[in-house]
Amino acid sequence: MDNLQLLISGLANGCVYGLIALGFVLIYKATEAVNFAQGDFMMLGAFVTIGLTNTEYMGLPFWLALPISLGIMALLGYLLDRFIIRRMFGESQTSVVILTIALGFVIRFVAGLIWGHEPQSLQNPLAGKELSVGGLVLGLEDVAVIVVTILLTWGLYEFFNRTKLGLAMQGASQNQLAAYYMGVPVKRVQGFIWALAGAVACVAGILFAAKGAVDPNAGLMGIKAFAAAVIGGFGSLPGALAGGLIVGVIEPFASRYIAAGYSQIAPYALLLIVLIFRPHGLFSQVRIKKV
Amino acid sequence: MRIIFKTDYMQDIRPWKDGYQLSLYLLLLLVMIAAPFVIDDFYLGELTNVFVWALAGLGLMVLTGHTGQASLGHAAFLALGCYINIILIEQGLPFMVAFPIAGVLTGVIGMVVAVPALRLHGIYLAIATLAMSILVDDIIVLTEPWTGGVGGKYAPSVNVFGVMIDRWGTPREFFYLVLGVTVIVTLGYINLLRSPLGRSFIAVRDSEVSAQAMGIDVARTKAISFAISCGITGLAGALMGLFSGAFNNETFSVVISIQLLMMIVIGGLGSIHGAFFGAIVVGFLPQFLSISKEWVGGVFGSNTVAIPGLEFGIFGMILIMFILFEPMGIYGRWLKIRTFFELFPFYRKDMFKRQKSYLKTERLR
Amino acid sequence: MSILELDNVTLKFGGLTAVNKLSFSVEQGEVFAIVGPNGAGKSTVFNLISRFYDPYEGSIRFDGHDLLKQKASGVASFGVARTFQNIELFDHASVLQNLLVGRHRHRQSNFLSELFFTPSVKRQEMQNRQLVEEIIDFLDLQAYRDKMIAGLPYGVRKVVEVGRALATDPKLLLLDEPASGLSVEETSDMRWWIDDIRRQMGITVLMVEHDMGLVSGVSDRVLALADGAKLALGTPSEVQSHPAVIEAYLGKAS
Repeated sequence: MDNLQLLISGLANGCVYGLIALGFVLIYKATEAVNFAQGDFMMLGAFVTIGLTNTEYMGLPFWLALPISLGIMALLGYLLDRFIIRRMFGESQTSVVILTIALGFVIRFVAGLIWGHEPQSLQNPLAGKELSVGGLVLGLEDVAVIVVTILLTWGLYEFFNRTKLGLAMQGASQNQLAAYYMGVPVKRVQGFIWALAGAVACVAGILFAAKGAVDPNAGLMGIKAFAAAVIGGFGSLPGALAGGLIVGVIEPFASRYIAAGYSQIAPYALLLIVLIFRPHGLFSQVRIKKV
Repeated sequence: MRIIFKTDYMQDIRPWKDGYQLSLYLLLLLVMIAAPFVIDDFYLGELTNVFVWALAGLGLMVLTGHTGQASLGHAAFLALGCYINIILIEQGLPFMVAFPIAGVLTGVIGMVVAVPALRLHGIYLAIATLAMSILVDDIIVLTEPWTGGVGGKYAPSVNVFGVMIDRWGTPREFFYLVLGVTVIVTLGYINLLRSPLGRSFIAVRDSEVSAQAMGIDVARTKAISFAISCGITGLAGALMGLFSGAFNNETFSVVISIQLLMMIVIGGLGSIHGAFFGAIVVGFLPQFLSISKEWVGGVFGSNTVAIPGLEFGIFGMILIMFILFEPMGIYGRWLKIRTFFELFPFYRKDMFKRQKSYLKTERLR
Repeated sequence: MSILELDNVTLKFGGLTAVNKLSFSVEQGEVFAIVGPNGAGKSTVFNLISRFYDPYEGSIRFDGHDLLKQKASGVASFGVARTFQNIELFDHASVLQNLLVGRHRHRQSNFLSELFFTPSVKRQEMQNRQLVEEIIDFLDLQAYRDKMIAGLPYGVRKVVEVGRALATDPKLLLLDEPASGLSVEETSDMRWWIDDIRRQMGITVLMVEHDMGLVSGVSDRVLALADGAKLALGTPSEVQSHPAVIEAYLGKAS
């Protein structure tokens, strides 16, 4: 029973990792760029929502604040692409990585300026409520986190594989020039995907701040989420979620059954093992340069 | 406008273009040797810090700037070099023996680590090295009997040719130690770059397929590059440990890894100058910020308040500006300015045009 | 005496057969051209010789050595150099450095001697520099010696790539579409160079080319490929008038 409890809370944590990982994969799938600031996006989304809802700030009702903050984060994602990332067209993948890491620094700095460096929780309607199922006591927040994550992943997966726009995005990622010639508005598609990634990060941030507390350095969690994305096979949406869940579950169990210090190590050790045996993630994508 | 006439093959082989350029570098070296007698101990410490960072930057430059393998984990090798050096000294070895061993051992470990990493490309290599850096941070805590864990260790005074050197007691001698190591490493680096090995690094960076077709073993070259890079980084780590006086796992956190990579990007990837320019930015930015904060505080009459994260925020903004507007870094900008004057009035704006390519994946589904 | 022999070589990508039981041999000192429509497997043959791909079956022998036992980087050590269809130069290095990389297979020095730049390394570099200068003279690249590749026009890059291959001092030179993208004038330069490479330097040339003018101008023998299999082999005029070749290019006459 104890293990089950541990599993549920691990899964709930894993869902947040999984959602950040989703953001990584979304952007990677559509633009082949890697947004290392995704974790900081999550943190920013959390703070924007806190700024709108919490009584010491604006104190708006939660259900009103929710769409507003989603909109703000989507807009930020779009603007970021419009004014910064788009200029990186044709530069190497590594430059984009370094750029987004720098961007993460800036976001952390700005968030610290606005909301301070104390950890803060999101005031939400589910706070403190519990659900008990057959002797198992679950935080309603944990349940909400898991449900929302599964729904979102499923929706995005369907979107990418069934709709015309989703397919256009996949095309744009694989050959920009060819997609452009085929009439795919590559730039607009890119802007849209960054907006979407911003919104997904915002959802992750809300869930994270609802079940815990967020401070500007929470964005560094993005690194762990990135590990999750790679473990799950970069480029696959359900894989990202799976990777997030694996990382989320492995952490509490490692600290319980090995030693407290190992909960930090376990995800990265797993990542290294995956990279050594499957250099391109569990979900293999072969890269052979054609000459 | 200065024109260099080439009359001898040696002109392409020796590291300087002409006597004028050589004398400029010698002058710079003289200024550095004279520096401890001109500036006070505080700024001498800052200057020493710049050289330690430059040395670490040189280490990463070999791998990232010249071989094209981005590493987000070089703080791990800084830590290795630092701890190996100190532990060997504690075992009773003299510094003059422990220091080179720290470099070589870090290099060897780097090469061993590199073997599985060789199969990784671009972003996957970056994330693997990042993971390694995080792991080393935790491993230092877990191996407390050797490393002192979170409590850390203190750097002893070291004996160099009979002179006891200590960061605080004898800052001047410490500066000369760091300067000496940096100059020697830089000279070795220059030699490698004008030799077949250095050219094979560049070949691997720019096109792995044609490097192979020219008879360069790509995996082996990358492993050697890793070894050299980690070796230099290990030396820098050893000096960094001595410089900071006391250190623990936090001294070599993953943030240092990231900062190191950003530093050489700002300085200019693929050039020795870049490591030094980047180190100047990293080394003097905190000073510059505190001075300008005081100035702002003076103007607006408010108290100077510490703003956490300011340094990294500004650093990030500088980096974003560079990547967007001057991807070749400070060194690239410097080259442009120099070329402008050398060719005056014939400079064209597109002389340093970079090649852009449309993204085309090689993924197979 | 044949210097390069391919025997019954097959390569499959998944279900697609890119090269199908191909056998041919290149004689010492000749210019041998491979022609064929797009997707016929011409470049794939080059990549097989360069050991970028492992054949499914068959053997490739060069100058008495079994190339299939070599790694991709080992092929150059026997004296096989190549150029690439889409130019694979070292973009952020100068022309001189690019050519010097070609000398890599003759490297005598090791890490330590290079670190200290010992007199023997210096002598080696002087010699490399001199040999590279001869190639610069031969290909008229003097004006571009210290220029970065990234800023050079396409035609010049094409020539630099030939120069880099020549700098390895090869026995066999593989040219992958040496004239594609070149102007009429540049193509005729290329033609004389290929002629000189064969006559003056005594290097065997194997090339893939679409420009039939160039092919019939310089080559001794031509191999026509379609769908990875041999269509015809003979002198340029024989191949050009071969019914199977005409059919592959123009379709079946009704």
